Amino acid sequence: MTSPEPAVHVRDLTKTFGATRALDGFDLTVPHGEVTGFLGPNGAGKSTTIRVLLGLLRASSGTARVLGRDPWRDAVAIHHRLAYVPGDTNLWPGLTGGEAIDVLTRGESGERHRRRREELIERFELDPAKRARTYSKGNRQKVALVAALSRDVDLYIMDEPTSGLDPLMEAIFTDEVARLRADGRTVLLSSHILAEVEKLCDTVTIIRAGKAVESGTLAELRHLTRSTVAATTDADPAPLTRLDGVHDLVAENGRLRFDVDDRALHDVLPVLTALGVTGLTITPPSLEDLFLRHYGDELEPVTEDAS
Amino acid sequence: MTAATAAPTHRRQRRAVGPLTGLRSLLRLHLRLARRGILIWTLAVLVLVPASIYAMEDVYPDQAALDARATLLDNPSAVMMTGPFFAADHYTFWAMVANELLLYLLVPAAIMSILLTARLTRGEEESGRLELLRSLPTGRLAPSVSALLVVALANLALGAAVASGMLIGGGGASDSLALGLATALTGLVFGAVTAVTAQLTEHAGTASGTALGILALSFMVRGIGDVIERDGSWLSWFSPLAWAQQTRAFVDLRWWPLLVSLAAVAVLLVIAGRLSHRRDLGAGLRPAAAGRAAASAALLAPGGLTRRLVGGTHLAWGIGLFLFALAFGSLASSLTDFAENLPDLAGMAPIRLDDLTGSFSAFVLMMLAIGPVALAVSGMLRMRTEETAGRLAGVLVAGTSRARLAGQWFLVVLLGTAAMQVLLGLGVGIGVWSATEDTAWIGEMTLAALTYLPAVALYAAIALALYGLGSRLAPLAWLLVVYTALVTFLGQMLGLPDWAMDLSPLQHIALVPSEDLEVMPLVVMGVTATALALLGLALLRRRDLAAG
Repeated sequence: MTSPEPAVHVRDLTKTFGATRALDGFDLTVPHGEVTGFLGPNGAGKSTTIRVLLGLLRASSGTARVLGRDPWRDAVAIHHRLAYVPGDTNLWPGLTGGEAIDVLTRGESGERHRRRREELIERFELDPAKRARTYSKGNRQKVALVAALSRDVDLYIMDEPTSGLDPLMEAIFTDEVARLRADGRTVLLSSHILAEVEKLCDTVTIIRAGKAVESGTLAELRHLTRSTVAATTDADPAPLTRLDGVHDLVAENGRLRFDVDDRALHDVLPVLTALGVTGLTITPPSLEDLFLRHYGDELEPVTEDAS
Repeated sequence: MTAATAAPTHRRQRRAVGPLTGLRSLLRLHLRLARRGILIWTLAVLVLVPASIYAMEDVYPDQAALDARATLLDNPSAVMMTGPFFAADHYTFWAMVANELLLYLLVPAAIMSILLTARLTRGEEESGRLELLRSLPTGRLAPSVSALLVVALANLALGAAVASGMLIGGGGASDSLALGLATALTGLVFGAVTAVTAQLTEHAGTASGTALGILALSFMVRGIGDVIERDGSWLSWFSPLAWAQQTRAFVDLRWWPLLVSLAAVAVLLVIAGRLSHRRDLGAGLRPAAAGRAAASAALLAPGGLTRRLVGGTHLAWGIGLFLFALAFGSLASSLTDFAENLPDLAGMAPIRLDDLTGSFSAFVLMMLAIGPVALAVSGMLRMRTEETAGRLAGVLVAGTSRARLAGQWFLVVLLGTAAMQVLLGLGVGIGVWSATEDTAWIGEMTLAALTYLPAVALYAAIALALYGLGSRLAPLAWLLVVYTALVTFLGQMLGLPDWAMDLSPLQHIALVPSEDLEVMPLVVMGVTATALALLGLALLRRRDLAAG
């Protein structure tokens, strides 16, 4: 799993469009053979980062390395080793889905590719003989997914790949990404759907307003979060309120409910024991909570769109 | 926590619903979408009409000059390019304005109406925006009626600009008004034509393309009809353009031909309405057939995608231009008859009497070369469309470099337009051959058509260089095309100075076969085209791509 240089290595990346700073000293590392989640609200700079990684945009300053190369200078060489799924796939209205897949996988050939293409078309239940103009958004997205997943490459970059897919197809997508990881491939998965990232990703980088605000494994990030504790006891919960890291305590009819910083959990448990708790549930933090804690009360001003 | 408010406060009183419900708000929306275009077209006409009239006053100051002009115009090619010749014996200044300017007001009005109608009807439907509107309390007919009202309003504005322009230039009130009304109604006829074609196909592009084809056909039918008889034959009346010209404004004004335009609008709109009842939202009358499940080798070959994207347009225009070339070429025989009746023509005009057919054919070629020039530019700009639609990124990530993709794109466009030039030459040649029974014309005209290739390449290269500079700048290439068309069709009549004529690359091409081939300008244009194309490719590698 360890390699001299990660698959994607971004340091202090800045991209400006006129007066707008879409990326502002952004850092990102995607280790080889892992699935890295890339989270952030709309307009935070996810797509801009990905376009820099694809060599479509030129970084204003900072460095970006993809598969050990400069994506702006060596775009073509890198493109031979990566596949890309855009978030909002626009296809040629006059081409059929099958034709579009072949145009998007022009470099691939051979029996293995053909079989993989057929398999994916079948799994995603796509009719490849239909013209793209008759496709729904979900079907257009399937075309992009089939095209990217059928490519035999080292790195898969996906920009909100499941937008428009139904839950059944999302499950198939999740399964396919799991297969990629099992196969030792590297995936960068941008998303604003937390459950998706939680299910699939080894590490997560959170971007906000062009900066990386948090980055690490899910376990590491959970240390920043709060679990929810629900307990049943008749005792006075006052000792709990004196503890650091306990928030929003509510006591009603012998039921206790509060949030606790995960790092304070081991201080809380003895107190709960002392209170003579008869029932106890601790709900682990979801990325949802993590997300809301980072953006919670500041969510409103983030409305500008980077694209 | 009180339940004091019984009814939702944000909903307005419900009103009766009918097929036109929501028309007013739709009108506001459509006007908002179209207002800039309408304003530009109207202002352009308002400025260009008086400017043209003043320029013509300068070039034709007295009756002697006008008489000379009349003699010069009394031939088939001139009749094709102007209008029915009502005042051959007494060619007054305003008769000239009506005869030579009107056609070039009618055609832009028609083009504006076609593009606007296609955009507001099928364009809105194709993009799925109509679906959104129809989900609101909107009557079934409201979107189409609103779109057509806006098109009518645009034509009224344009007609008013024409009439005011004529009045400013010093034209008589009722005749100026007639020309304004004729322009507006002709525009509206083609708007109605587009309303019908928009029902037949699923795409705004095909709808406007078909309507533009009908406009080209009308142009040709009117021309040939008027060649048969100088002031209009039975054939002329099949063309909507003739209805406007047959008002005989500034010669012997009559209003009733405009009733034909009005009737045509009514009939076409009824047809469009009937057709729209017979189909689903988003569908054409004919359902789209299933296609191939996998790409052919041709699509995956280098330049294959470009061929697929621009090939259909090239083919359709190639056939259309070929038919035009045939028709113009076959006019050559009537020219020779005409020369026999007018032995002193050579003294009055730069047309060589000894080679009337040759110089006429050469002029026809130059005129028709605007087609390939426009297609070269639109073909290159298609790449910009691909970029802004976000489809270019996918092709690049599949492993093609930008420069390679754009270079192949450029070559495919060049090959397409070169094939079209060959077709044009063949068409004119075959036409002349059919009239003169001299087979040598076929080869000669084809070779003459090929001398335009460096110029066509130059236009494409300019478009590529602008595109490389920035995606937003690319459409500026159209300015040069429009300017070229202006110089080619109207330059002489407006008496443009030499330097202004020379700004159009087409002016530097010798009128082969009536003139000797000049190689130098062709080499200069070829070299400039190559340099600009390379510059465009280099610039493209250095800039950000717009989307995707």
